[in-house]
Amino acid sequence: MELLNKSLKELHTLIKKKEVKPTELLSELLKRIEETEPKLNAYITVSREEAERRAQILDEELVKLSEDEVPELFGIPLSIKDNINVEGIRMTCASKMLESFISPYDATVIKRLRERGALFVGKNNLDEFAMGSSTETSYFGPTKNPWDLERVPGGSSGGSAAAVSARSAIASLGSDTGGSIRQPASFCGVVGLKPTYGRVSRYGLTAFASSLDQIGPITKSVEDAAYLLNVISGQDSKDATSAKVPVPNFLEALNGEVKGLKAGLPKEYFVEGVEPEVKEAVLNAVKKLEALGVEVVEVSLPNTKYAVETYYIIAPAEASSNLGRFDGVRYTYRAKDYKDLIDMYKKTRAEGFGDEVKRRIMIGTYTLSAGYYDAYYLKAQKVRTLIYQGFQKAFEEVDFLITPVAPETAFKLGEKSGDPIKMYLSDIFTIAVNLAGLPAISVPCGFDSKNLPIGLQVIGKAFDEETVLKVAYAVEKELSLNLTPSL
Amino acid sequence: MKLSREEVLHIAHLARIELKEEEVEKFRKELSEILAFVEKLNELDTEGIDPKFSVIPPENVLREDVPQLSLPREKTFMNAPETDGEYFIVPKVVKK
Repeated sequence: MELLNKSLKELHTLIKKKEVKPTELLSELLKRIEETEPKLNAYITVSREEAERRAQILDEELVKLSEDEVPELFGIPLSIKDNINVEGIRMTCASKMLESFISPYDATVIKRLRERGALFVGKNNLDEFAMGSSTETSYFGPTKNPWDLERVPGGSSGGSAAAVSARSAIASLGSDTGGSIRQPASFCGVVGLKPTYGRVSRYGLTAFASSLDQIGPITKSVEDAAYLLNVISGQDSKDATSAKVPVPNFLEALNGEVKGLKAGLPKEYFVEGVEPEVKEAVLNAVKKLEALGVEVVEVSLPNTKYAVETYYIIAPAEASSNLGRFDGVRYTYRAKDYKDLIDMYKKTRAEGFGDEVKRRIMIGTYTLSAGYYDAYYLKAQKVRTLIYQGFQKAFEEVDFLITPVAPETAFKLGEKSGDPIKMYLSDIFTIAVNLAGLPAISVPCGFDSKNLPIGLQVIGKAFDEETVLKVAYAVEKELSLNLTPSL
Repeated sequence: MKLSREEVLHIAHLARIELKEEEVEKFRKELSEILAFVEKLNELDTEGIDPKFSVIPPENVLREDVPQLSLPREKTFMNAPETDGEYFIVPKVVKK
């Protein structure tokens, strides 16, 4: 267990000095997974044999390498959200539709991690096709929050966040379309980073809403997030939306030098409806930053109050198109009895998709359909422009923004699952960031009176993950919270 | 926007999702609520505003046309519900 509390940097040092073998680290991790899974259900697939085989090979390779030849993730087992392809391992997207789908290739992020010596221990639970904010829409059952097993871990990357929190994952990758990395990180007391749109290749991520999706790290610390971001970032010829911008060494940003930076507090994010304890914890962290020399001003993002509505037109529209491929022809599931081709499509999709996925596909189909396109889809894209411009304007004045990640801490299982709109509103503070394509991090900033973690969000300018990480690191250091749940 | 039963059936048909009888009313209600919710956007005047379909500047992404291997056949078909190893097999679509 002690090994599993260590940072990626520390694990790397232990491995390159040959003090710990990849098989030893893996066996610790597998033991912890076995211990925690009956309570958490954070994994859909544990690829034990494949990981053991790989660790064995790395053990043998390690003997032949000198200390400085060992790449930075050598022998470190990672877990991956189950909507990202890892070759040879099952990828379900938490859907019956893909229950037996085996990934035929590696996503670009996986390829990059593998090249640096990482191995993969399993695939984490999520809301079906990443559509949800609680991991309750998973076909494989909900994940539980390690801080309180009666509560949700958030979503959609709830399995990743719960596993990292419970130390049944060393670090994980999630995906974030409207808050799916940050909100579960906040609920589970871990760090979650959504990079700038285009910073990380989406090749091999199962597309949900292509203009919003982004892969990012979910980790125990800000340093670990920077460590992984260094490896997964960069342009990729297989994703035409990946940006041709230089990738800095993000670890160098973690120097504590926040003096002279200017922070904006958007007044629309500190309104009624935010739990007082959440507000208090975030503002307490802001005070700490002020003491370090950060200048804090109030700013306004007037149109972000339309972000959830805008998102629930754009994301389902893109989803309705992206999920058209699940037609019973190429991807494992096909209904048994049907009259003809159209009937086969309809029955396959009726049986293979859960209710939330169906709702979103139908909403998207409707808002894109003849006669309604202008009123809904085009309208939403115009509001998106206004939201984008609002951030641009704020960033003329400040270097970064601070907000709560969510208006509340982890809610109870079942509390919102019967009311789609109530569930949608749990992403009220994270969604605008995706619409504007900006980088943002969730970093723990305290606990409420129920001992549930609270997350603080730092939002940066496009491609300025360095400031985001720098500020989050300062918050983490100043607060030095104990973030290990007693599980 | 209150959807009618017929509209729900039409949307489901376009989306290629078969609905059971009891689901029609359930989705009619839920989808109507979601549409009513998103219609809040109508409060905003967007006259003269350009839509932002993507935050990425619209640029052509070009590369050299270099031949390279694509996914091999066995991997392409490994997840197919029905295949003969060379084709995906689907119900007959051409009428006699």
